[in-house]
Amino acid sequence: MKKIARFVVLSSLILALVTVLSLSSFVSAPAIYAQDGSILDKVIERGKLICGVNGQVPGFSFLDPDTGEMTGFDADFCRALAAAIFGEVTADNLEFIPLTAQERFTALQTSQVDVLFRNTTWTLSRDGELGVDFGPTTYYDGQGLMVRADLGVTMIEELDGASICSLTGTTTELNITEAMESRGLSYELVPFEQSSETIAAFEEGRCDVLTSDQSQLAGLRSSADDPGSITVLAEVISKEPLGPAYLQGDSVWADVVNWTVYATFTAEEFGITQANIDEALASEDIRVLRFLGQGEEASGSYIGLDNDFAVNVIRAVGNYGEIYERNVGIDTPLGLDRMAGLGLNTLWTDGGLLYAPAWR
Amino acid sequence: MSEHRPSAFDKAQHAPVPLWRDIRVIQVFAQVAFLVAVVVFGYMLLHNLINNLEESQLAIDFHVLERPFGTKISEGQMDFNPGESSNFQALRAGFQNTLRVVGIGLVGATVLGVLIGVGRLSTNVLVRGVAVSYIELFRNTPLLVQLYFIYRGMRITLPEKLADSYELPGSIYINRRAINFVLIKGTDTAWIFYLCIGAGIAIGIALWIWRLRVQDQTGRPAHTLRWFLPAVIILGGIGWLLSGQPFVTETPRLEKFNFVGGDRLSAEYTALTLGLVLYTAAFIADIVRAGIQAVSYGQIEAARAQGFSGGQTLRLIVLPQALRLIIPPLGNQYLNLAKNSSLGIAIGFFDVYNVANVISNQTGQSVAIFAVMMLIYLSMSLTISAIMNAVNYSMRLRTR
Repeated sequence: MKKIARFVVLSSLILALVTVLSLSSFVSAPAIYAQDGSILDKVIERGKLICGVNGQVPGFSFLDPDTGEMTGFDADFCRALAAAIFGEVTADNLEFIPLTAQERFTALQTSQVDVLFRNTTWTLSRDGELGVDFGPTTYYDGQGLMVRADLGVTMIEELDGASICSLTGTTTELNITEAMESRGLSYELVPFEQSSETIAAFEEGRCDVLTSDQSQLAGLRSSADDPGSITVLAEVISKEPLGPAYLQGDSVWADVVNWTVYATFTAEEFGITQANIDEALASEDIRVLRFLGQGEEASGSYIGLDNDFAVNVIRAVGNYGEIYERNVGIDTPLGLDRMAGLGLNTLWTDGGLLYAPAWR
Repeated sequence: MSEHRPSAFDKAQHAPVPLWRDIRVIQVFAQVAFLVAVVVFGYMLLHNLINNLEESQLAIDFHVLERPFGTKISEGQMDFNPGESSNFQALRAGFQNTLRVVGIGLVGATVLGVLIGVGRLSTNVLVRGVAVSYIELFRNTPLLVQLYFIYRGMRITLPEKLADSYELPGSIYINRRAINFVLIKGTDTAWIFYLCIGAGIAIGIALWIWRLRVQDQTGRPAHTLRWFLPAVIILGGIGWLLSGQPFVTETPRLEKFNFVGGDRLSAEYTALTLGLVLYTAAFIADIVRAGIQAVSYGQIEAARAQGFSGGQTLRLIVLPQALRLIIPPLGNQYLNLAKNSSLGIAIGFFDVYNVANVISNQTGQSVAIFAVMMLIYLSMSLTISAIMNAVNYSMRLRTR
C-alpha cells in the first residue's frame, strides 16, 4: 500500500512539473494579435484582400442578381484598396464577406476581415472601446425616417404612438430612442437583426416607420415594390459619418486604407477619371505627376505601396465622383443628388466636406 | 484428495504486481492525469483569450452593465425608461420577456403534447392520423423555419389596416401587429380583495383535508367541492364588497397609428410562443405515447375487469404509472424549449438574448456580456432541472 501511495505522489509531482513547464512555455508564446507585422504584409503574403461589407444595401454593397458580383459604393472602395495593393483587381485577390451589424466588429477584432467598408458610423465609443480605428469618412450620412405615404406624415412630431422598425445593435436604435424620448412621443420599437427582415416588416405593415441612414432608406425605397407609396421624411436626426474601419494600432495598414480613399478624393480634385487617366499620365502638371507616382518623386512608396498606386486605383474604380455617381448618384435607382441639401459629399472646393491632405 | 502443493498459478498470485500494471494504481493515475489535462486545457484557453484581448486593448470589464442601455424595449415592460435604465436593468427586462415566453410555452406544450400523445394511441383512425401527421410534421422540420413561417404567415394573412382588425367578443382585436385585449387592473383597494380570497382558499383547503379525513374514517362521500367552493366564494364576495371596486378594466381603442390602452400580445411574442409550443408539443407527444405504451397491458385489462371506464382507466391506472417514465425525458424537452426561446431574435422579439446582443454590440464587451448571458440561461436551465428532479423524486416507485 505504501508503494502505491508513493507512486501516486511521484506521478502527480511529475505531472505537475510537466504542467508548469507547458504553461510557462505557453505564457511566453506569442499571442495571435502580437504586432509581428502589419496587416498589409499579411494581405500581400495571402495574395488576397478580405473586405467586410454589408451585402444587403442596394447602392452600397449588394450582390448583383445578374452577374453574381458584389456591387456598390462600399464594394468599389474595397476594389480600390485591392487595386492599390495588388495593382489590379482580379477574381482571386479580393474577397467580400457580408456581415450583419452584430458581426462586423467581432469579424474585425478576430481578423476575419482586413477592413470594413460596411456603412459603419464613426463614433467616440466605438473608436475608444472596440479596438478599432476609423479611416476618412467616405459618405456623410444622417439618420432619417421612412413612412408610408398614405399616412400623410411630414414631421417626426406627428408620429406619436407609431410602431418603428429598426436594425438591432446599431446607432440608429439609440438615435431614434433619443429622438422620440426627447420629444415626449410614445412609440413601439421593433428591432430586427437583418436588413431584409426589417424592410419586409415595414412593407407588410408591421410598423409605420422604418428608420435607418438616409442613404440606406433611399436604397430600400428604390427596391420596394412601389417606391411611390413610401416617403422619406426630410428631417435628419443624427450625424452618421460612414467610412472604413480597421484594427487598432497598425498605422502601416491605416495609411494604406486612408490614402487609398484620399487618392479617390485627390483624383477628383485634379479632374482625373477612368476615361482620361492616360492623358493625365502625359500631363505637364508636376502636382498631377507626383500624385500619379510618375517621374522621380516618391508617392505610394512612402506608404509601402507601388509608387503609382493611385493610377491603379483610378483605373479600377475611377475618382470619388465616379464611384458616387455610378452607385448612388442621381442616375441610379437610389437617385441621391450629390448637391442636394448641404451637399456634404462634394469636394471642399464645391463647399462639401471631402478634403484630402496634401499629396507630397 | 492429494496433498496441496503450491502450483505455478498460486506462485503467480502471490508474486508482487508491478505498479504500472496494478489496476488500483492505473485508475488513480488515469484520473489524476485527466484532471490535470482538463485544468491545463482550460487554463490555456482562458489565458489565450485574456492575452489576446489585452493585445487588442479589450480588457474584460463587467462595469458595462452599469452603463445606460439607451434603447427602448417595447416588448412587455411598458414602463422601461430608455434614458435612465442601465444595461443590467435592460437584461432584466429582457429576461422577463424570456420568462413570459418560456412560462406560457411550457404549460402550452405540455397540455398540447399530452393531448396529441393520447390521440396518437386513439382507436379512432381520424384522431390517430391527425396526431401522427402532426408529430411527423413538426418534429422533422427546423424550429427556425417554423418560426419564420408562423411569423411571416401571421404578418401576411392577418389584417394590415388596424381598422379592419378581426374583432372577437370582449373587445379583442387581432391584426398584424398584435392581439389587443382588455386590461384588468387592480385598484388601490385590490389588496383587501386579494387578502380575503387568499383566506378563503386557505380555509377551503383546510375543509377539503378535513372532509377527506372524514371519508377515510367513516366511508361517507367526501363532497370536497361542496365545502371548498362556498368558503372561497363567500370570503371572496366579502372581500369584493369591502374593497369597493377591486378592479377596473381598460379597453383598447384605435388611435392614429396603433391601439392605445388595454393590454396586448405583440405579433413577435405570439409567433415565438406559438412556434415553441407547437414544436415542443410534437416531442412531448411522442414521450407521452412511449410512456403510456410502456405500462403493461395487464394493468389495463385488470382495470377493465374491475369495471373502470376508458377515461377512468387512463386517468387512474395508466397515466400515474406512465408519468414515472415520462418525467425524465419531459424535463429534457422543457430545457430545449427554454433554450430555443433565444431564436426569438430572428423575428424581432426583445428577449434576454436580443438585449445581450445589443449591449455587446454597443459596448464591444462581447466576452463579458456573453458570460453574463450564459449565466442567465444556465440558472434558468438548472432551475427547471431541479424542479423536474424534485417531481421525479416525488413520483418514484415506493417500495416497502
